[in-house]
Amino acid sequence: MDSDLIYNVLQAAVRTGTPLLLVALGETVCEKSGVLNLGQEGMLLVGAVAGFITTLLTGNLLLGFLCAILAGVLMSMLFAVLSLHLNANQYASGLALTIFGTGLSAFIGANYVGRPVTGLEPIVIPILSEIPLIGGALFRQDFVVYLSFAMTGLLFWFFKASRMGLIVKAVGESPDSANAIGLPVLRTRYLAVTFGGAMAGLAGGYLSLAYTPLWAENMSAGRGWIALALVVFASWRIERVMLGAYLFGLASILHLVAQGLGLAFSPSLLAMLPYIATIVVLVLLSSNPTRNRLYAPVSLGQPFYKSS
Amino acid sequence: MSTAQYIDRHLPANGDELLQFPSRLALRGISKQYPGCLANDSIDLDIPPGEIHALLGENGAGKSTLMKVIYGLVKPDAGEIYWRGKSVRISDPSHARRLGIGMVFQHFSLFETLTVTQNIALALGTPAKEMRALGERISNVSARYGMRLNPDRLVHTLSIGERQRVEIVRCLVQDIHLLILDEPTSVLTPQEVNTLFVTLRQLATEGCSILFISHKLHEVRALCQKATVLRAGRVSGACVLGVETTSSIARMMVGDSTPISTTYTKVRAETPFLSVVGLNKATHDPFGTTLKNLAFEVRRGEILGIAGVAGNGQEELLAALSGEEPVKNGDSICLPDAAIGHLPPDARRRMGVAFVPEERLGRGAVPDMNLRENGLLTGFMQGLVRRGMVQSEKVVTFADQIITRFKVKAAGSHSEARSLSGGNLQKFIIGREVLQNPKLLITAHPTWGVDIGAAVAIHEALIGLRDQGASILVVSEDIDELFQISDRICAIFDGRMSPQKATAETTIEEVGRWMAGDFDYGEDAGSAASQVSKEIQPC
Amino acid sequence: MLIMERRPEPSRWMSYLSPVLAGLLTLLTGALVFSLLGQPPLHALKTFLITPIADAYGLAELCVKAAPILLCALGLAVAYRANVWNIGAEGQLLMGGLAGSALAVQFTDSDSAWLLPAVLLCGILAGMVWAGLAALLKTRFNTNEILTTIMLNYIAFNLLQYFVHGPLKDPHGYNFPESAVFADAARLPILVDATRVHQGTVIALFVGAAVWLLMGRSFLGFQIRVLGRDSRAARMAGFSEKHLIWLVFLISGGLAGLAGVAEVAGPIGQLVPNISPGYGYAAIIVAFLGRLHPVGVLLASLLMALLFMGGEMLQIELNLPLALTGMFQGMLLFYLLACDALIVYRLRWHRKLPVPATVVTS
Repeated sequence: MDSDLIYNVLQAAVRTGTPLLLVALGETVCEKSGVLNLGQEGMLLVGAVAGFITTLLTGNLLLGFLCAILAGVLMSMLFAVLSLHLNANQYASGLALTIFGTGLSAFIGANYVGRPVTGLEPIVIPILSEIPLIGGALFRQDFVVYLSFAMTGLLFWFFKASRMGLIVKAVGESPDSANAIGLPVLRTRYLAVTFGGAMAGLAGGYLSLAYTPLWAENMSAGRGWIALALVVFASWRIERVMLGAYLFGLASILHLVAQGLGLAFSPSLLAMLPYIATIVVLVLLSSNPTRNRLYAPVSLGQPFYKSS
Repeated sequence: MSTAQYIDRHLPANGDELLQFPSRLALRGISKQYPGCLANDSIDLDIPPGEIHALLGENGAGKSTLMKVIYGLVKPDAGEIYWRGKSVRISDPSHARRLGIGMVFQHFSLFETLTVTQNIALALGTPAKEMRALGERISNVSARYGMRLNPDRLVHTLSIGERQRVEIVRCLVQDIHLLILDEPTSVLTPQEVNTLFVTLRQLATEGCSILFISHKLHEVRALCQKATVLRAGRVSGACVLGVETTSSIARMMVGDSTPISTTYTKVRAETPFLSVVGLNKATHDPFGTTLKNLAFEVRRGEILGIAGVAGNGQEELLAALSGEEPVKNGDSICLPDAAIGHLPPDARRRMGVAFVPEERLGRGAVPDMNLRENGLLTGFMQGLVRRGMVQSEKVVTFADQIITRFKVKAAGSHSEARSLSGGNLQKFIIGREVLQNPKLLITAHPTWGVDIGAAVAIHEALIGLRDQGASILVVSEDIDELFQISDRICAIFDGRMSPQKATAETTIEEVGRWMAGDFDYGEDAGSAASQVSKEIQPC
Repeated sequence: MLIMERRPEPSRWMSYLSPVLAGLLTLLTGALVFSLLGQPPLHALKTFLITPIADAYGLAELCVKAAPILLCALGLAVAYRANVWNIGAEGQLLMGGLAGSALAVQFTDSDSAWLLPAVLLCGILAGMVWAGLAALLKTRFNTNEILTTIMLNYIAFNLLQYFVHGPLKDPHGYNFPESAVFADAARLPILVDATRVHQGTVIALFVGAAVWLLMGRSFLGFQIRVLGRDSRAARMAGFSEKHLIWLVFLISGGLAGLAGVAEVAGPIGQLVPNISPGYGYAAIIVAFLGRLHPVGVLLASLLMALLFMGGEMLQIELNLPLALTGMFQGMLLFYLLACDALIVYRLRWHRKLPVPATVVTS
């Protein structure tokens, strides 16, 4: 394997991993507060279509990304009202969000399939991009990739050293205790869910405005679900979310490697790889109950009933 | 004129008079209605500065609701709260803390995966950068009140007693004028209770008022000066403890119709039925307890009580005995004719082992299933199932039988389990097992959270089963209950079992020492514990 | 102010009313969406919900479409009763169709009476195997079944594409991604002439009755319900969680596999890349909408089939995107979950309770 191939593969792994990273970061915050939002796939798709149409109509990429984020937030609010306010089952509400988002995005985007936009251009960061191998992979990327680096750092600090982060963890461990000492359980959970929505929306925008860039029905291809598995893989720890996202990115582009090496496989079979990898990872990381007990937010998926 | 009447007559009736009665906290006419239940019905309460005031009452009398009102967790429908003479509306717990009101919860409001400092900072609203200073304050305050704490420890590594200290210290690091403690002694050994009382008296001497919530009269008498008694949501009496007799206060708690306490004859049984030998079980749960070489036996026709502070291996022991977590070495749990340690629960049930878990709603019974289905839950071996099909008529008969025989108050066997009061549901669950004539009944905390009437009924059912020759194992945190009903008693500490003694031949103090781990850990658990006094303060 | 107040007991009545309410709300929102799209709402709704079944052929098609949804949803209802979140009906359906086809194309000249049962059995087994994978992962490795079944859906879809574009492609088919057409002996017989209603519909109804017997009358069904509502009570009573999880996975997988093979052996007659327009996902909504009860599931699957047909009708008649179907399905589930809150809560105008007069002590 020559160094060009390695370079291309690493760069593509980071690019491919970025939407996973964004979604998984948002979902980690959400799950840390005790809420499991299975609607990631739906929010991704709606974010993607909203961002794409906005940019197509206005020619403005920034506006496109903002609309993608807004769309993700609005979708997550639907989930939040159902699961936090009306205490609907979180699993069912998340599934509903995914089913609804898939249908909604396909409906809105029906007339925009295959239309081209100019995607986000890479920004080469001087000096850093000269580092052999990883320099090119990490620092010849577009703005959103850099933003994902920043978000990773910010969230790492958030959970390590901020009071808000402490509150999120406390609410996720025991909403009843948090309520008893006067912490705002519902507000915290609303904010966490909304943050998750914003991140999923941004990731959707990244898919349709930078990664491909175009709109196609169901274009997220299960990334929302893979991101959910990624959170489990990362044991709800920010730094491991990033690592996992790039590993999954790598698994998703193995067909490029295969082509580069001149191997011929059926594209359908290669397309299964990320999904198989997800299952393998889940098996490796879920089978140890001790580990889950230590790291999983205790109240994950449990509704909170406030008595007054 | 009794003291209660005296105080009734001289209670200040409105805010103006409060100026003459300088109460730190005064409640007037507090009412709180829940759907289907009037939890508080115009309650008045006065606590002067530096007084240790007891709030007495049975389970369900409205004590919890009242203190949640004071702490801002529940908004009353009517009534006034006067804090240092001024009318206030306490909006939430942080408001209460700003006023100088602190609360120690019965089920601690702590976060196990966080440190002591982080836990306290969350309640105080400490900014992240002042955490170090807070840690020092925690060390100082805890040392001053004789409750040493390491501020950097993770809460899940602390014992239950230490966790309670975190709750208390959390109140003390701020300017505190009223400390509310909800059933604080229920999780402590008798010795720890004494230490707690020393701290509370010290606090009171410094001028802090204390509201001590309990249903244990002897503790209240040892600590408090005055008491307010609640029954069915109303104040049934206010009294000076030195004047009233224990039985007159108990009457105020339970009313005239309920028997207060019964003594049961102790029996001496010889033939072992359940033998546990060398029971070891490692836990997968990082917060759990490993069982270490347990040995004990339950004899035919006796009740063996196992005392212990929560979290010392009771759950693990019960899971091993019920079969929910079978053990590898089947021989470590034996019935007279079979080793059963490796068997699943249904196989053990077939051999006459019945089990009543601690959680009655959501383990002992399925909350949203009716009593018929909940009867079928463990009664399926009583001919209720034929060729795989449920015999619904027999299921109804079985449930009705339980309801009639054990006087379960329910609208009928079609009622959902969740609609029953704790005491009635527990009567149903115990009845369900007793009706199946088990040879061995294992029960955990059988009267936890039930009213006294139900507790007496449950105790009578257990004694009745014992007198039919069944073996009964009772695990409980309530040492008074164990002394009341057990024929022999022992204690579990950190996954080890103390020696067992006939209840009549031991004392609460001795069992209290066992609960604190003060017994011989050697293989020969039967020998009298060598009374090596062990310091069990890990910090 | 309108507030939500917890009911003393959940309302049984509301749990039946909630799906109806959700349907009405979806209808209203639908009218709104149509007017926003510049369509007269009543006409559009008529095209969506009435035109497709205005004639006998339409009614027959409704049965054809409802059968696979009903089969999948019956299985899912059993799984959800056990609190096993099998989202993988779609994948299990595809595997059923794929495996059944793989057998059927080997015998395109056969007229054996054993062929059809063998093909059906093959499909059922494939669905069971696919669900069994998720059961194995859950019981042995403690993995979350939602994630694994979703992943297995994607894998099944890609496997199907691989086979239909590769090994199972009809060698005489001008390179279209389609298998050879099955022999008549491998096809489900048509029940009503001039329609596509096939025996699969009857099978689905029989399965519905069997599921009703299992869940409503048998001790096994009771154990499944206990496990779903309160797994700790199930463990205390000695019901084996592992066995029950395996059981519900195999039931739901087998039924989804049957649905898949009944599609290829029924209306389609060969293996094609798109054997399901998302029946397996729609069945999730159907299971909830039908309150996890066989009768409810039957009604809900008819409604869902109608949504599929209505979407096609809107596309043909009014040139609206086919994706409307998916949006309406999602909306229906959303409204259902929201209305379900009324089972536990009731709405009440908030007013302060009258302050009781202070009790004067003598």
